[in-house]
Amino acid sequence: MAFTRREFIRIGGIGGAAAVAASGLTTNWWNLQAHEIPDPKTDGDHVVPTFCEMCFWKCGVLAHVRNGRVTKITGNPAHPLSKGRLCPRGEGGVGLLYDPDRLKTPLVRRSKRGAQVFEPVTWSAALDETAGRMDAIRKKYGPEALGLFIHGFGASWFIRLAQAYGTPNISEPAYAQCMGPREGAFGLTYGQGLGSPESIDIENSRCITLIGSHLGENMHNTQVQELATAIGRGAELVVVDPRFSVAASKAKYWLPIKPGTDIALLLAWMNVIVAEKRYDAEYIAKYATGFDELAKHVSDKTPEWAYPITGIEPEVIRDSARFIAGARPASLIHPGRHTTWYGDDTQRLRAVAILSALLGSWGRRGGYILPGSMDLPAYPAKKPEYTPRPAADRENPSLYRLSEDVLTCGMRDAAILRGKASYPIKGWMVYATDLLQSLPAPKETEKAIQDLDFLVTVDVLPSEITGWSDVVLPESTYLERYDNLWAPAYKEPFIAIRQPAVEPMYESKPGWWIARELGVRLGLGDYFGWKNPLELIQWRAKAAGQDIYALLAQGVITGKRQPVSEEEGLALSFDTPSKKIELVSSTIKAAGYDPLPNYTPHAQPPDGMFRLLFGRAAVHTFGRTANNRLLGSVVSENELWINTVAARALAGFEDKPLKSGDLVVLENQDGARSTPIKAKVTERIRGDCVYMIHGWGHRSKGLKFARGRGASDNELVTKFEVDPIMGGTGMNVNFVRLLRAEA
Amino acid sequence: MRFNLSRKRYAMAVDTRKCVGCSACVIACKEENALPLASFRSWIETETRGRFPDLAMEIRSERCEQCTDAACVANCPTGASYYAKGGVVLVDRSLCTGCKACVASCPYGARSIHPDGYADKCTFCLHRVDKGLKPACVAACPTQSLAFGDINDSGSDIAKVLRTRQWKQIDTEAGTKPNLYFLI
Repeated sequence: MAFTRREFIRIGGIGGAAAVAASGLTTNWWNLQAHEIPDPKTDGDHVVPTFCEMCFWKCGVLAHVRNGRVTKITGNPAHPLSKGRLCPRGEGGVGLLYDPDRLKTPLVRRSKRGAQVFEPVTWSAALDETAGRMDAIRKKYGPEALGLFIHGFGASWFIRLAQAYGTPNISEPAYAQCMGPREGAFGLTYGQGLGSPESIDIENSRCITLIGSHLGENMHNTQVQELATAIGRGAELVVVDPRFSVAASKAKYWLPIKPGTDIALLLAWMNVIVAEKRYDAEYIAKYATGFDELAKHVSDKTPEWAYPITGIEPEVIRDSARFIAGARPASLIHPGRHTTWYGDDTQRLRAVAILSALLGSWGRRGGYILPGSMDLPAYPAKKPEYTPRPAADRENPSLYRLSEDVLTCGMRDAAILRGKASYPIKGWMVYATDLLQSLPAPKETEKAIQDLDFLVTVDVLPSEITGWSDVVLPESTYLERYDNLWAPAYKEPFIAIRQPAVEPMYESKPGWWIARELGVRLGLGDYFGWKNPLELIQWRAKAAGQDIYALLAQGVITGKRQPVSEEEGLALSFDTPSKKIELVSSTIKAAGYDPLPNYTPHAQPPDGMFRLLFGRAAVHTFGRTANNRLLGSVVSENELWINTVAARALAGFEDKPLKSGDLVVLENQDGARSTPIKAKVTERIRGDCVYMIHGWGHRSKGLKFARGRGASDNELVTKFEVDPIMGGTGMNVNFVRLLRAEA
Repeated sequence: MRFNLSRKRYAMAVDTRKCVGCSACVIACKEENALPLASFRSWIETETRGRFPDLAMEIRSERCEQCTDAACVANCPTGASYYAKGGVVLVDRSLCTGCKACVASCPYGARSIHPDGYADKCTFCLHRVDKGLKPACVAACPTQSLAFGDINDSGSDIAKVLRTRQWKQIDTEAGTKPNLYFLI
């Protein structure tokens, strides 16, 4: 049989002309069939620009909506924090929106706390009950007896409510369980903290030093993007971590330090840099005070001194110090974010700040930069006019004197009131933070909850804290609601809007509505002023001189880039008492703490036990995403990392050595036991510590996917060391032994 | 014998120096292609060598290698697997019986059976490429570790990066002439 080419094409075209035309398969005429290229049809029929809340970074996203459903979420190219690219969690917001376990209706408790027996009620019943109980607390004890715990951007409405109600007791784990020591240390040294997103210039760095920070597993989107850019440009990494992290695998120097000895390493680095005159003498002379004292302080902190403490060989300390100094001023000692490790964390971050000053990297390209934010006036609602009492979070004001925030654990103590708080707190409102996972010593949290008159939770998912609550108010996810406008300090300043991609599912309601409705019921409606958040958004955009329609259409408006470093013409100034960089801090000295950081030995694990360390996975945010089935398809539980040699020598495992995948139970120094967790026997960690990603081992029955997966690091954090300077809770001080899980 | 004489040769390069293995590519792929929860067309491989503390690690974002001599196409009894535009190996679902011959023959483990009964695999997002877009994983990657394009076009992203960087390919002993490149 002979075909002419013309006939051949015609025959091929009979079955699939439309498909060929649609898919543009015109060059593939040798194939006998014209196949259809499948289009999964996930492009939205419309696309809504908004910003993310899968973590606190708040990247600009585009929600693709097709037939009323969000099909996919991609990065907004116009948004400076995402630049069109998201981390997996940001993409995985769909898994939160369509989580079948979401809180669907308001719930009111009908049994004792912790038993999780609830009755679904109407919103008006739930709000009346909540407002009534809040009013009762206000009348019986005064408004200070209400404490608000918050996390995330949606908290703004509830902060407003709590301020209008009249309580100073507003607190977030983001301070005393996370960034507090860092913000304090940089404030003491330079007169300002680093904020969020951190004011650092990774992309222009030539040397990036990470101390315990595992960027890459820790997906602060913009920072990871910049890290990759910097690596592409030839920047080198110095990574200090007991674990061979992803970042460590890309580093020129990996220093597998003995946990808890970072201050000794930092002092030894400074010793080398000062002794070999590798610091920026001109910068120090111009901007800093206390250099001579510092030089004297570090003069005996040699690499040989640090070696037995840190386990890092003197030559490695010297070489890495020279390398770090060689790249100055574009040599960034990354400040980290979760910095509450050992209770002397402010001092450790002070050492980071001081070292950065020696490198002249503050206010310099590739180091710490000083961005501004776009003008965005506050909405003119009625202001709370009373003077509230001081917060209840400490027994007397001489404690934690340099704390800049209310302490979460202090608010917990105030519920139990056993001499650690100044007056009792009787009611808690908890917004979007699972306190059982976010505060150390969760048994204490349970105890505090049992002593409360009232606990109300606002959340999206039935997290553990909702199970302990008297009223549970189901909030809409960030993809279903408006929030306030956001205009952070950033090198490319911007104003971003959060707007709904789809209508709220189930009976869930946006936070602004919940807070305002409670406010109205408590007679505090005037403190909100607006009736709809669009009124507020429109007013603020107009007052800022911005086009609201452009903001709604693009999700973000960017402003003119201002100089952020000396290289760009910025004049440096320091809001410290001396108006200089305080290498020796006058404030810290006056408060009675060490004016220069000292290494203090921390207890090491006894034989047969390991220090418990915890961190992050790129696809999860704390315990918040553990129930997200889409993200869970990649990482569905945590594992216990243990060194290969240590695993071989484990007591109790002699007959059957531990191997990866075996289930183990962890028991800590106080007898607290974890749920079973799979072992990951690996070369990638020191032998004196074990590691897991945080946020697993959920017990809430409502979290049908997450429940029973992995172990909770937090349940093993029965002990914590409080930072005397600012009240942060150092949580890396617990030791565990491994037991084989019962089959 | 190959039927695709098209000039284009689509390929992808993965920069192992930049890739942090975050799985943004994996999730983006799942969303773009509306995959069931248990299905994957891309994944992360992490390879560690050495003993503590002398270690090296390579992280690779992996997917179908879109082989030029693809075992899956050769072993497909129904003609469902075929070379499409740019040499991309696709599956015509209407012809696929789900016999798994392709799954068994693939040296890269890049195929799986979709719950609806057909063999499923990476398409290099040809439905996007046809619109002038990059594959979803490439567009999503926060570290910009992925480069995609026509290696026969010297001006393409991928041709440039393969000219200027050291690269390797994996499991080439299978002889299928893969089209994924790993920058080292």
